[in-house]
Parts: sequence; C-alpha cells; structure tokens
Amino acid sequence: MLDVARIREDFPILHQEVNGHPLVYLDNAATTQKPRQVINALVRYYETNNANIHRGIHTLAQRATEEYEDTRRKVARFIGAPNANDIVFTRNATEAINLVAHAWGDQNLVEGDEVVISIMEHHSNIVPWQLLAQRKGIRLRFAGLTPDGRLDMDCLRGLIGPKTRLVSLVHMSNVLGTINPVAEIAGMTHAAGALFLLDGAQSVPHLPFSVDETGADFLAFSSHKMLGPTGVGVLWGRDGLLQQMGPFLGGGDMIATVREEGSTWADVPHKFEAGTPNIADVIAFGAAIDYLESLTMPAVREHEIALTSLAMDRLEAIPGLTIHGPRDPLARGGVVSFEVDRVHPHDMATIADSHGVAIRAGHHCAQLLMRHLGVPATSRASFSVYNEPGEIDALVEAIEHAKQVFA
Amino acid sequence: MSADPFDDLYRELILEHYKKPRNHGPIPTAPIHVEGVNPVCGDEIHIDMNVDEGIIKDIGFWGAGCSISQSSASMMTDRLKGRPASEAKDVMTEVRAMLIDGAPAGNDLGDLEALEGVAKLPVRVKCALLCWNVLDQGLTQAATTA
Repeated sequence: MLDVARIREDFPILHQEVNGHPLVYLDNAATTQKPRQVINALVRYYETNNANIHRGIHTLAQRATEEYEDTRRKVARFIGAPNANDIVFTRNATEAINLVAHAWGDQNLVEGDEVVISIMEHHSNIVPWQLLAQRKGIRLRFAGLTPDGRLDMDCLRGLIGPKTRLVSLVHMSNVLGTINPVAEIAGMTHAAGALFLLDGAQSVPHLPFSVDETGADFLAFSSHKMLGPTGVGVLWGRDGLLQQMGPFLGGGDMIATVREEGSTWADVPHKFEAGTPNIADVIAFGAAIDYLESLTMPAVREHEIALTSLAMDRLEAIPGLTIHGPRDPLARGGVVSFEVDRVHPHDMATIADSHGVAIRAGHHCAQLLMRHLGVPATSRASFSVYNEPGEIDALVEAIEHAKQVFA
Repeated sequence: MSADPFDDLYRELILEHYKKPRNHGPIPTAPIHVEGVNPVCGDEIHIDMNVDEGIIKDIGFWGAGCSISQSSASMMTDRLKGRPASEAKDVMTEVRAMLIDGAPAGNDLGDLEALEGVAKLPVRVKCALLCWNVLDQGLTQAATTA
C-alpha cells in the first residue's frame, strides 16, 4: 500500500488551486509531475557538479561523469537489464525508436522486408517506420484490434511471416490502457527470425518490469512519464545488437578516432550519444528511479489498479458515458479513455479544467486508433502514485457538470 | 462579461448554435468547396459556397468538432449568407482581431459577438478560428474564379 498523503508532500506542484479549485492532476500518461527529490537533484547538480562529461580531467568533470553513468546503471537495474552499456540515453522515447529505424533499419532492411506494428500504436511507433518504408521500400503492416480494445492476436499471428524483420509494438496503450501479451508476441516474433521492439513509454513507469520477461530485443521509454525530467529517453538493446549497428548521429563523444580519410566509432553506448547530452536531466532521472524504487513497483501497480477499478466503476455508473478498452482492470494500466454523449472531448476537458481537474482530450497521437474506435477524439484520465480516490470524485463532478451544460 | 472565463465560454447563444446549427450540410450545386482540419485536435470544417457577382448567395458547412468550432461556423454562415464577399472579409478581420488580440466586438458581428469570451482561453481560440481560415480559402477561390 502506498502512503499517498506522504507521497503528495513530495510533489510541490500539487499544492495549488487551479481556477479556484484544488488541482486534480489526471494527465499522467502525457507527463507526470516531479517530486522534490528530482527537482533538488537538478539544483544540486547545477550548484555543485556542473561540468561536461567523459573527457574532462578536473574534479567537477569526474563528478558529473560519475553521476551521469550512475543513472545508466540505475536504469539497467530498474528494467532488469544485465549490462548498463546496453542503455543509450536519447531525448525521448520517440528519438529512441527513430534511432532503431535509422541505425538498424537502414543498415539491415531491403525492399520487400516487412515491419509489423498495430493500429493501437502512438504516432512515435508509426511514423518512423513509414519514413523507413519511404527510404528502403519495406512494407509496413498493421495488426488490428478486438472489439474490446485488445490486440487481435490471430491477426498479428497471420501478419508475422518469413518476410517479417521487425515487430514493433506498444506494451501498454496510451489510450485504451490495454496491456499487450508481450512475452507471447516475442515468442511468435523470434520463431519467425525477426526482432521485437517494445514501446515501454507507458508500461515501464507503472508496472514491475523485467526486460528479460518481455522477450524484447529493443526497448524504448522516457524519463518524463516516470517522475523524471523531460528531455531524456532510453533505448535498450539486447546484448550485441547495439554493437552491430552503425551510428545514428555523428559528432563529438561518439568517435574513437577522427582522421581526414574517415573516423572510427566509440563503443556502445557512447557511439549513440553524439554531442553533449542532457547531463543534468539524466542525473535527475536517477533520482526519479530512486524514488520509484523506494515505493516499490508492485505497490505502485497495486495502487493504480485500485484507482483504475474505482474510476471505471464510478464512470460507468454515469448514464451516457462510454469507456474504451478492456473491462478488466488487471488487463489494463491506469489510463481511462471515455466519451460522454453530446459532450465533445475538448468541451469536456475545458469544463473539467474549470473544476481544477486536468484531463487530456484529443487524438492522443493515435489517429489510427481513433479511426478504429470511430471517434475523432476521446477524453482521458490517467493516474500516478500521488492520485487519490477523492480526485475521482472531482472528475465525476466535472463530468456531471458538463452533461448539464450540454443537456 | 463575467469574471469567470468559463461562464463566458459556454454562453447560451453558443450552445444554441451548437445544438441547432444553421446552414448545416453540403450544397451539392455549390461551385466552391473548401475544407480545413486542426491537426492538433482533429476538428474538421467543410464549407460549400456559391459566390455570384460578389454576393455570397449560399453557404453551408459541416464537420466534426467541439462546441466552439461548430458554433463558430454556424454563426459565421448565419451572419454572411446573402452578404457581399467584401463584407465577409471585413467581418473575418474583425472576428480574428476579437479572438486573437482580444479586441472588443463591434456592433456588426451579430451572434458572433458571443465568441468574445473565447479570447480569454487561449487553448480554445484555434477552435473558433478554424471555420474562418476555411472561409478565407473560399473567398480567395471565389475572387480568383470570378
């Protein structure tokens, strides 16, 4: 059980009124708030250790390098990766996927090869493959969904075949909350001789996670959805995969030697971290991981299942309200997308905002999924460690108000 | 206007146009069809119009989106149907000034004056502007094909 009252004390931003009401922040699938420990890590870094990393001889450079590399080890431990050098820091999960599309895709795929994704993907796991298809003439194939918003496994099985080189799927949908059976998918993918990329942007922050159990070959996720700063993403690659890949961006820090006739590359992970990285935010990301580990991920998951169950029960009791995605709270994460008859999601979000309730409205960067659901947009409430049952009351009140306005 | 920006946003007139839009639906015989989407939110507006000798003889709209985007379009067609294209341009300039710069609404805006409160909620301004950007294209087409 999480001590939510104590946790809330760690998040300065939560203690404010918005539009005359206490802030109820339910947009955690977009980005989470940051605990004091993360904010302090940023301040402490800039006040005591700021220096450029890796090449400096002086003391500050050593300290900054150690803290930066320390986060790499923390990330590896957090996702159960055996080797910290298989962790590459990027700007965000989007850049991590683009890195694979370029550095692995351009080098290994030829015309006629196939990449399999699904229609529940975030645009960040669609567009990089469409761009790769334009560059290399590969074929992009889309797995469909079941009526209750799960991945259609028969459809997926039918798409994976001898031409498949990569299957790239989301672990937890940012719209439906659906948790996909990734170990089974990894098995199907590997049986076809293909690689499996897992988009963990929504799952790594909220579930007990072991990269080994998922069977993934690549994993992408980001810091800012797990209590850490914006501007830091992670790409993990199974042992040896990153070593075989050529560079993504060229520049400082990613080279071994530079000669007029050409250059050679640094070892991973530095080969993929060209230029001065986001040192401060990577270091503060380490504080976010410490914070989540202190709560323990099974307790985080348990808390979010309880909130999701409560939210679904309360929302389903509202006449004219429809929830998208699986009914079973164990089969989904803490993301609830819904529609209210006669109330457009943007109006829903504006009226919720007038109650101090921050929810998201729109296509959630998932236009293929919106088309499948037959809606232009949805409203979405999503939870984190600091949310409490009373905040769901505030959401329900806002929905009732919106219904009155548009009655 | 009330101190609460949300009260001003969902004024009765806006809700009324949203629930019972004027000039709603395509006009199959209209020579001009223009459309626009707001890529951020997915709102969509289509406009059919017939501009003859500088007069907007007929104008109809349809689409999908929030109450602000759809009521703005309804009020727009209501205000401009049967009016000269030159007047439409003036109204368009005035509405944009009201929404973007928060300029006070003039007397000639009619129901559109109800959108004045939108200016106070910057994230919703683009909703109200969508149909005007589409109209702009339509008026340009009418001017070049005239």
